[in-house]
Amino acid sequence: MIKNFWENLTINQKLAITAWVFLAIPIIFYVTIRFYPTYEAFYVSFMKWNLLGAKKYIGFKNYIRIYNDEDFWIVLWNTIKYAIIGVPVSLLISFTVAYYLNEIKFGHQTIRAFYFIPFLTTAIAMAWVWRWFYQPMPIGYFNIMLSWVGIPQQPFLKSIEQGLYAIMAPAVWAGLGFQIVIFIAGIRAIPKSHFEAAEIDGAGRIQILKEIILPALKPTTIFLVVISTIGFLRIFDQVYSMSEDSAGGPLNATKPLVLMIYEYAFDMYKLGRASALTVILFLLLFTVSILQLWFMRKQK
Amino acid sequence: MVHAETEMTDNNQIIEKLEELNPKKIIIWTIVFLGSIVMVTPIIFMVSMSFKTGQEVYLFSLFPEKATIKNYIFVLTESKFIYWGLNSLWVATFSTLSVLFFDSLVGYTLAKYSFRGREIIFVAILSTLMIPTEMLIIPWYMMSREFGWIDTYWGIAFPGLMTGFGTFLMRQFFMSLPDELIEAARIDGWSEFAIWWKIAMPLVVPALSALAIFHFLGNWTAFLWPLIIINDPDMYTIPVGLASFNGEYEMNWEIVMTASCLATIPTLFVFIILQKYIIKGIMLAGLKG
Repeated sequence: MIKNFWENLTINQKLAITAWVFLAIPIIFYVTIRFYPTYEAFYVSFMKWNLLGAKKYIGFKNYIRIYNDEDFWIVLWNTIKYAIIGVPVSLLISFTVAYYLNEIKFGHQTIRAFYFIPFLTTAIAMAWVWRWFYQPMPIGYFNIMLSWVGIPQQPFLKSIEQGLYAIMAPAVWAGLGFQIVIFIAGIRAIPKSHFEAAEIDGAGRIQILKEIILPALKPTTIFLVVISTIGFLRIFDQVYSMSEDSAGGPLNATKPLVLMIYEYAFDMYKLGRASALTVILFLLLFTVSILQLWFMRKQK
Repeated sequence: MVHAETEMTDNNQIIEKLEELNPKKIIIWTIVFLGSIVMVTPIIFMVSMSFKTGQEVYLFSLFPEKATIKNYIFVLTESKFIYWGLNSLWVATFSTLSVLFFDSLVGYTLAKYSFRGREIIFVAILSTLMIPTEMLIIPWYMMSREFGWIDTYWGIAFPGLMTGFGTFLMRQFFMSLPDELIEAARIDGWSEFAIWWKIAMPLVVPALSALAIFHFLGNWTAFLWPLIIINDPDMYTIPVGLASFNGEYEMNWEIVMTASCLATIPTLFVFIILQKYIIKGIMLAGLKG
């Protein structure tokens, strides 16, 4: 029967069936592990639920509670601070390095490798290293170095003002290598003829940078801005393992959204509230992606 | 004759290099070089600290006066680091093999078969890139509780067995393969699976290796999900194990740095061997993605 059925099919039908057979397991995966959980996250965000009892529908109450929660606004502002400071700082450094590194021939590979190596490290391992550097004298290397030039001891992670930047630094440090490699790839992709034409016109270095390199790198830059904005908005590992007093401390001064989600879900078991926060994070990231598409289209 | 010729080109190269040497270039080189040294300084100090003894920890020095491997012996015997390493290795390997198999199978199907519904499937898979992991961890956790996946390898690995990014990347590469190749194999009587596995796959090895490196590294350093799904210290992955050092060994910086070294050095070692492929892979994925 089945064999007969198969033989009677046209080649195109056979190929279509083959395609669906290849896609069968992946479709099950995407439906159960991606789409259904996405739906569930939205669904639970309208529930009151502590994991053990029954789910209770409470409408928008989770969202209203979040809106009225002062800590949420602190955390949201922290999250945004990680991104709006971390992204420009890291892109400025990585572009400058890429621009000059691209011209260097002697030792190019080794130097590039040095810049790239931090990207390959485990955030948790490096969090320990940076945390050690931030310690007070006599153990912390940063404070030791400050004492050499006569600057008083700094609290770094223990300070409400400095904590967030002290945690941002290793995140910037770890991401530079990736950005540099992408920038160099972007610069190398610019046709040589553009440079030659500019040289014939007698353009100086700054002019070439302004009129050829920067415009040509726009798509690369948009890509990196989006990737690293999303990365900073999702910061968690460094904060979880570096912040002092309590996770996200001192006094919530370093706490980002993902850490708040983690605490609501897995310390306090308020899963409805945590899900509502994940929806907010999703909307935040979604906005960034939409802005990217908008900028890309404006390009064309 | 040949000898003289190579000498000539050597000389020319040296002359060219000398012409390049002007003070401005030297200054730029020096600054860029010093920057690269600053970048690796944390790693160098981490390694140096791991060889120090208890008293020397409080000295600012690069080279320990009495280098010792006692810290390494301590970490490997007194903590569960070896378990964590094996857990990480096993999970990352399994997950990477799954991604290589399925992402390329799906990518190939979407690139090389035409059938009704193809566009919808492609857009649906692509749209999963917009969903952040953080949004799914709560449903995944609920699922894992229900099916008893907590504290299991499967529990750590299941969310990452296929990825939208990998599927998209592989589709891009398979699209650039000529259709005639596949047609010819079909006429020769190859099965569809064999055409993919034996003809198409070997032609996209560069993309596969880039994907493998990314995915493996991502799994090796993954923290949030393993932290949630694993409670049993025997089942920790390396990052979760390292974070658990908080409290227990908090003030023993030489011990913590030794564990951090053990977590970091293998990836750096792999990088040094595969440097060319990794950099190329990043450029490739960055430009195509």
